[in-house]
Amino acid sequence: MNEIEKRIIEEVADLHEVPMGAYNFRVNGALDSRNTTENVDIRSKADGTGIEVYVKPGTKRESVHIPVVISASGLTETVYNDFFIGEGADVLIVAGCGIHNCGSQDSEHDGVHRFFLKKDARVKYVEKHYGSGDGEGKRILNPVTEVTMDEGSYMEMEMVQIEGVTSTVRKNIATLGKKANLVVHERLMTHDDQFAVSEYTVELDGEGSSANVVSRSVAKDRSRQTFVSKLHGNAMCSGHSECDSIIMDEAHIEAIPEITANSPEASLIHEAAIGKIAGEQIVKLMTLGLTEKEAEERIVDGFLK
Amino acid sequence: MLELKHVSFQVEENGKEKKIVDDVSLVLPDDEFIAVTGPNGGGKSTLAKLIAGIERPTAGTILFDGKDITGLSVTERARMGISFAFQQPVRFRGIKVLDLIRIASGNDKLTVAEGCEYLSAVGLCARDYINREVNASLSGGELKRIEIATVLARKTRLTIFDEPEAGIDLWSFKNLIQVFQNLREKIRGTILIISHQERILNIADEIIVLSDGKLKQAGKKEEVLPGLLGTGDAYPTCGRFE
Repeated sequence: MNEIEKRIIEEVADLHEVPMGAYNFRVNGALDSRNTTENVDIRSKADGTGIEVYVKPGTKRESVHIPVVISASGLTETVYNDFFIGEGADVLIVAGCGIHNCGSQDSEHDGVHRFFLKKDARVKYVEKHYGSGDGEGKRILNPVTEVTMDEGSYMEMEMVQIEGVTSTVRKNIATLGKKANLVVHERLMTHDDQFAVSEYTVELDGEGSSANVVSRSVAKDRSRQTFVSKLHGNAMCSGHSECDSIIMDEAHIEAIPEITANSPEASLIHEAAIGKIAGEQIVKLMTLGLTEKEAEERIVDGFLK
Repeated sequence: MLELKHVSFQVEENGKEKKIVDDVSLVLPDDEFIAVTGPNGGGKSTLAKLIAGIERPTAGTILFDGKDITGLSVTERARMGISFAFQQPVRFRGIKVLDLIRIASGNDKLTVAEGCEYLSAVGLCARDYINREVNASLSGGELKRIEIATVLARKTRLTIFDEPEAGIDLWSFKNLIQVFQNLREKIRGTILIISHQERILNIADEIIVLSDGKLKQAGKKEEVLPGLLGTGDAYPTCGRFE
């Protein structure tokens, strides 16, 4: 890997060196390096379209890093990665994609991630998206995440896209079994002429299942964002989704909540708010010595932290 | 030293010009504790905002250490050494108490221990608050103390408190008096405090009375306070809660 690629790895996976545990680095459409452990196996799919990650039942406190870097302009790829999490396992999975595009052609990475959580499995999934480079070529990321959760399983997803991605259409689908619990935290910032769509569909099928989808976003300049959350309560369950956005400059934000109860025992809540930064917040920070611009940055940073 | 020369602030209300602050001239000497009182709507908070730069006077000049600051921004005045504690402290989602104290002190590397000192000074158990977000989970009294802690961290030569007693319960207020008394003892600059509370007026060196935007009276506490007792301008501690 060259310096740019290493820097992108740092941005998307918080990695400064080769991580402990299992990993799979994909650089410019090909496998760069891989490590497996006794409990975590990573295999390339036979048709070459992606990887399969197997976590043995009962595995505890292990991590799997699978960052993707594209530094070549004009590279477009779709990757299918499947994760099989064994019964009672507890793992951290850090994905993430960074595109550095200095050229004039568009670069695109579309990652389709499928998760299968067995009974009582626990996963923390972190996915960071980042773009850099001053070329005219676009940096496009269209991720799809499908989660199938068995009884008593827990999944926490942290989806972060703070800078540099020209366009994103994100689709997340989760199906929850009995007493399964899904927590999603999305943080999104768009600037310039960027465009981002986030769509979450959660099927609360199992008795006692619950989901909490929370999105915080900031839209600057002329960027556009759409947030769609669909919670379908199909049994005795509880679901909550929340979308909180700061709008600035000439940006555009849409928040489209949809909650559907197919069972009288379903309890569903949606909250959505869009607004600019309160003037008094800026004034307060100015009385502490910050300029208006510095104050704005601190407020946005805090909001997305 | 802060000096106000013929300062006015006028707004348009229902098509009519209304003077909120009307031709006020004042000199605030260094290292004094000055209380501003007077009826509600008398222009006290506006006067404080004019000094901090949050509002701009429609006439007159404001001098800070002899320099004309009338046209300077809030930031410029803050950097010159003017602090302002809001009557209704602002909430921030995602910004922690320590972050605010760091911004206030101008030192991003201020340690947790140093930050905690400011919280202890306002009677908050520092460990419980230093990493809390300055959001809606804090009560009015807690926010008020944090607000005061942030202005203490600035260590500026002029600190303005806009009705520190507003919006907090009696119990918190009694404790707050102690904070101001401590401040009074360690004073390293001028404190300008807007208040109706007799107990705050009582620890002031000077009292200024504003009414209908006009300066009604200004002088040593001993001269001004006796005339205010029993009026709405100097409540006994319980007065506002009866």
